Amino acid sequence: MSIQVRQIHKQFGSFVALDEVSIDFPSGQLVALLGPSGCGKTTLLRVIAGLEHADSGQVLLDGQDASATNVRERQVGFVFQHYALFRHMTVFDNVAFGLRMKPRRQRLSETRIHSKVHELLGLVQLDWLADRFPSQLSGGQRQRIALARALAVEPRVLLLDEPFGALDAKVRKELRRWLRKLHDELHITSIFVTHDQEEALEVADQVVLMNHGRVEQIGTPEEVYRHPATPFVYGFLGAVNLFHGRVDGEGLWVGEDRVPHSSGGVNQGAEVLAYARPHELEIVTDRERMDGVAARIARIRAFGASARVELEGTNGSTGAHFEVELAQVQVAELSLQEGQAVRLLPSRLRVFERQGAGG
Amino acid sequence: MTAADPSAPHIDAQGSGKVALSGHWTHRALTRTIRELRKALGQFPADTQWDLTGVARIDSFGALILWRAWGRAWPAQAEVPLAVREVIARVAAVRGDSLPPAPRPTLGAALEGVGGGVFRLGRHVSDFVALLGRIALDLVELVGDPAHWPLREITANLYKVGVQAMPVAALVGFLIGVVLSYLSALQLQTFGADVFIVNILGLGIIRELGPVLVSVLVAGRSGSAMTAQIGVMRVTEELDALRVMGISPYMRLVLPKVVALTIAMPMLVLWTSGVALLGGMVTADLQLDLGYGFFIQTLPRVVPAANLLLALAKGVIFGLLIALVACHFGLRVKPNTESLAAKTTASVVSAITLVILADAILAIVTRRVGVPY
Repeated sequence: MSIQVRQIHKQFGSFVALDEVSIDFPSGQLVALLGPSGCGKTTLLRVIAGLEHADSGQVLLDGQDASATNVRERQVGFVFQHYALFRHMTVFDNVAFGLRMKPRRQRLSETRIHSKVHELLGLVQLDWLADRFPSQLSGGQRQRIALARALAVEPRVLLLDEPFGALDAKVRKELRRWLRKLHDELHITSIFVTHDQEEALEVADQVVLMNHGRVEQIGTPEEVYRHPATPFVYGFLGAVNLFHGRVDGEGLWVGEDRVPHSSGGVNQGAEVLAYARPHELEIVTDRERMDGVAARIARIRAFGASARVELEGTNGSTGAHFEVELAQVQVAELSLQEGQAVRLLPSRLRVFERQGAGG
Repeated sequence: MTAADPSAPHIDAQGSGKVALSGHWTHRALTRTIRELRKALGQFPADTQWDLTGVARIDSFGALILWRAWGRAWPAQAEVPLAVREVIARVAAVRGDSLPPAPRPTLGAALEGVGGGVFRLGRHVSDFVALLGRIALDLVELVGDPAHWPLREITANLYKVGVQAMPVAALVGFLIGVVLSYLSALQLQTFGADVFIVNILGLGIIRELGPVLVSVLVAGRSGSAMTAQIGVMRVTEELDALRVMGISPYMRLVLPKVVALTIAMPMLVLWTSGVALLGGMVTADLQLDLGYGFFIQTLPRVVPAANLLLALAKGVIFGLLIALVACHFGLRVKPNTESLAAKTTASVVSAITLVILADAILAIVTRRVGVPY
């Protein structure tokens, strides 16, 4: 089922949680709502579920306006960050609860319910836990049970509110992959909320980036990572190095240092924010070179195949903090040392014109 | 810090209107000599030539001191390195407005406070009435659909708020009976009106004390538990989980509680009043030598049966009130633990207040019912 939201506006007191948000969620896709906490992504999810009412705007489910319909008529499955399992019921009863509580006419027989619950528990690979209570399960298991419970009522849409937010890093990774696989099997239109960019980029078909109640960019993980539309998106998706500078011809003045930049479309003399990813910066140790931003190496963290070098700006960009990622071999080749003065040369710069005093 | 310390902030007046600053102009380095430095900086006239090339480090604290000493404007002649200039420019960009004055208590603010309180109370009342209506509607619906009664929930609640409350209610009732009887006996003895102890205890306990006592107990014990239970379900998002599954929390959570307490309360009132009378009887026997037989025989004669019905009616009303208030506050809990604690307290306090208020109203309305004289 496709979902469309049209100009949803929601305010809590004077705080605008959703500011005229319009998004199309195509049928059968797994879409991630990504953004920092407080950006309105959970509110949007709750509005779609019908748990919250928007001040204005429409939610269209399969093209039909659902604004007036009750939560129970929307047929959504909802998975909560803290599982929200019923503590006094066994795993089996939790999953069966939604089925047993249906009006008599729609209710399945107890044997049908029994087989259906076991089928669902098999789907989340936890059939052997049916008689346990939620408190006896690990976080990852609880969340899978919660998912089985949400799927029990045969939802047309699956909504997940930071489903892996309360789990540790390893279990998160596992469940992430598992969710993707499950989605590929079931093909239910799913929306999941997360503040973890890695999670969103890895799992979702589409990523919706939100900030301050507004949509910043919508696109495939590839698109949003490669071509971030706004400084916010760039900064949010992975580590970045930020330069404040002024455009001058083919170069950029960062304080008294000059770096080349190739992206067009920026006015001469404009105050800009320039971004480069850690792997897009090159460390130059040659003292004769005058281009690049002067910096001092603060720390070298070398483990695994790549090394991370943390630097502090020294000239014109005092107080700025940079991070460079390079191969272990290069660190040895350049014989980098902590405290060493070097120059940073970006191989690729994304330049955004500075708006107002913001940045 | 000695003068030889190169990191100490230093002011060097070189004569002919030239001043050179050197050292670290940071918060850490400045704090020791801040007064002297401020004073020294303040001495120089506006047309001084400033040389800041010797400043090795500066932070916004140092920048602010300089900026203020310059009277919030760049001096006409100054040699400032770029790094230092940037820090000072950042400070300069911040508007130096002082903090807004603290709001003074005014009549308008007081009025606003009172008005806000009234509106909040109004909202509570309207929500409360809406909840009552909701439950009434659910009940009507259930009457037409007897198969859907949440019987299991109702009986579970009956057991929790009724049966499990019996020991504590008995203990409190008995002790109050003893104390009341003892105090009354002391007074009555001095007038030789011993036999009236039955009237006093009978009327007082059955008509007033029993229902109110139980209400206070139940509000503290079961009312708070109901608020907390619903509140916890809000915090853990179980309420939302119910709703997305298409299950009405009113039907499954609120209604069983209200029905159960409304049924359990009159029975608890009977139980507690009975035990309290027993306590009174024991004391009357020990203190005044009034036999149990006499007490039991006299009781129905001096306390008209209408009082018993009144007590039961009070039990029903108070039970309904307590359960409704508890659920009302439970549903208002916001998804955080602070709110949970606050609402649970509010629930108990409001329930007791409301019960006593209702009792006072009932006392006036029923002032001609069941009074023997």
